[in-house]
Amino acid sequence: MEKALLGFGRAVRLVLLVVLALLFLIPFYLLVRNGLSTEQDITSPDWTFFPSHLRWSNVGELFDDPAVPMARSLLNSGLIAVTTTVGTVLLASLAGYGLARIPYRYANQVFYAVLGTLMVPAAVTFVPSFVLVSSLGWISTMRGLIVPTIFSAFACFIFRQYFLGFPGELEDAAKVDGLGYWRTYWRIVVPNSKPVFAAVSTIVFIGAWNSFLWPLVIGQDKSAWTVQVALSTFTTAQVVNIHELFVAAAVSILPLLLVFLLLQRHIVAGIERSGIDD
Amino acid sequence: MFTYVPLLWSVYLSFFDAHNTVSPHRFVGLDNYTSMLRDRAFTDSLGTFGLFALFIVPATYALSLALALMVNRLRYLQAFFRSVFFLPAACSYVVAAMIWKLSIFNGVRFGLANTVLGWFGADQTAWLSTTHPPWYWLVIVTVRLWLQAGFYMVLFLAGLQRIPAQLYEAAAVDGARPGWQVFRYITFPQLRATSVAVALLLVINAFQAFDEFYNLLSDSRGYPPYARPPLVYLYNIALGRGQNLGEGSAGAVILALIIAVVTVVQARWFGLGRRED
Repeated sequence: MEKALLGFGRAVRLVLLVVLALLFLIPFYLLVRNGLSTEQDITSPDWTFFPSHLRWSNVGELFDDPAVPMARSLLNSGLIAVTTTVGTVLLASLAGYGLARIPYRYANQVFYAVLGTLMVPAAVTFVPSFVLVSSLGWISTMRGLIVPTIFSAFACFIFRQYFLGFPGELEDAAKVDGLGYWRTYWRIVVPNSKPVFAAVSTIVFIGAWNSFLWPLVIGQDKSAWTVQVALSTFTTAQVVNIHELFVAAAVSILPLLLVFLLLQRHIVAGIERSGIDD
Repeated sequence: MFTYVPLLWSVYLSFFDAHNTVSPHRFVGLDNYTSMLRDRAFTDSLGTFGLFALFIVPATYALSLALALMVNRLRYLQAFFRSVFFLPAACSYVVAAMIWKLSIFNGVRFGLANTVLGWFGADQTAWLSTTHPPWYWLVIVTVRLWLQAGFYMVLFLAGLQRIPAQLYEAAAVDGARPGWQVFRYITFPQLRATSVAVALLLVINAFQAFDEFYNLLSDSRGYPPYARPPLVYLYNIALGRGQNLGEGSAGAVILALIIAVVTVVQARWFGLGRRED
């Protein structure tokens, strides 16, 4: 009796999981379906699960459309995402290491100040940040888009928590060998912390690629648009080429999905070991 | 640096009349504050946002915890299900908002939701443009749930895997029934640290709500007067037609103060920081 009940519970759970998984996948399916459909197939009142035929020429049309500089936007997004990731991981890991390992009087206060920037989200400060960037004359420049975003309190927090749990023996051995903090960090700590670096890099990369408010505020010229800004001009435009819009959206998440599927194991492992919940 | 300097600048700027300019000249004292607080649109946006946070935080929390519990108990296909739920985290709010607005909850002729409801004989609903009943909430909330749940599920999974197996064995010996009792007395208390982290991150993320509101609801005519979170409103004030940076800054300061108070209250409530020496 008990066993039958348990088996029943397991079956219910499995069915629930499958249903939820399908719900979670539907938006991706719609993205691909609409991206490869004709406009009629998308907007037809008689909606069908499969489009009448696959229209691969949407991709070519998208890149030929002079109204939206898709190739340029992709390039901008790529440049911004890579620079931001490298810069953030470098700064945040050093800051996190310093906060975790170098004892000085105000270490905790500094840590709370950094955490504080997480609590008061940077988005609230976009008005003054805009003022700051525009008085530097950085509107619509890569500098204006990249420099203000190059540190992340969240990343710093994850690194600090991770380094707090880093085995001290290894560092002690380095100290005995006469290495200072700087060289200990590069030679001992970094090579032994690959999972957390992989995890934070991916999270930062995704965040930078997907960020919207800041590029919308700063990237006012078409030449400085990111993919997300280019996409949103589609949704607010008067005349919408709906099939082009969907293929653009699909193209915009393709790089991330690749990164994600390749690195998923490391991301999850890194988050799990980051000690975010300790 | 890029948080505190702008924050201070924001406080400074909020006492000045700054239309269309970043170099203010006329000191107006608290005028910007009073005009913002008297502005119905601004206070409404704060209300909208409060309602949104009040709903989205527990909902995401519950869904991601439920997903984690279900996935954690799987013997096969665990990696598969985890990937499926985690995948939306790679999607941007802009893209998700597009799928939701133009493909699922499209109110005019096509759209998945209306098609499916049509099979059951339901009338077509203009999801995003009716305010009575406010169906747009359903759209806004489901987007965020879809995008966020997987990430927090991974955090919960990590927490679950750290719970020592002996605890469960001891509970079984003591006669705790698997299911609710074990969850109530073992699993949930053991997840406390994770829960606090997840709740904090969820609140912080809710405060940042901008992307999906902006992309779901605005069109070529601008932003409708309903369902405006404060960030969208501030964006309009500071960078829209008026370019009123002084009032925008005052609004930002008010918002930052509210967030600070909520965060401190929440942190005290959860006892965060107690373990920091």
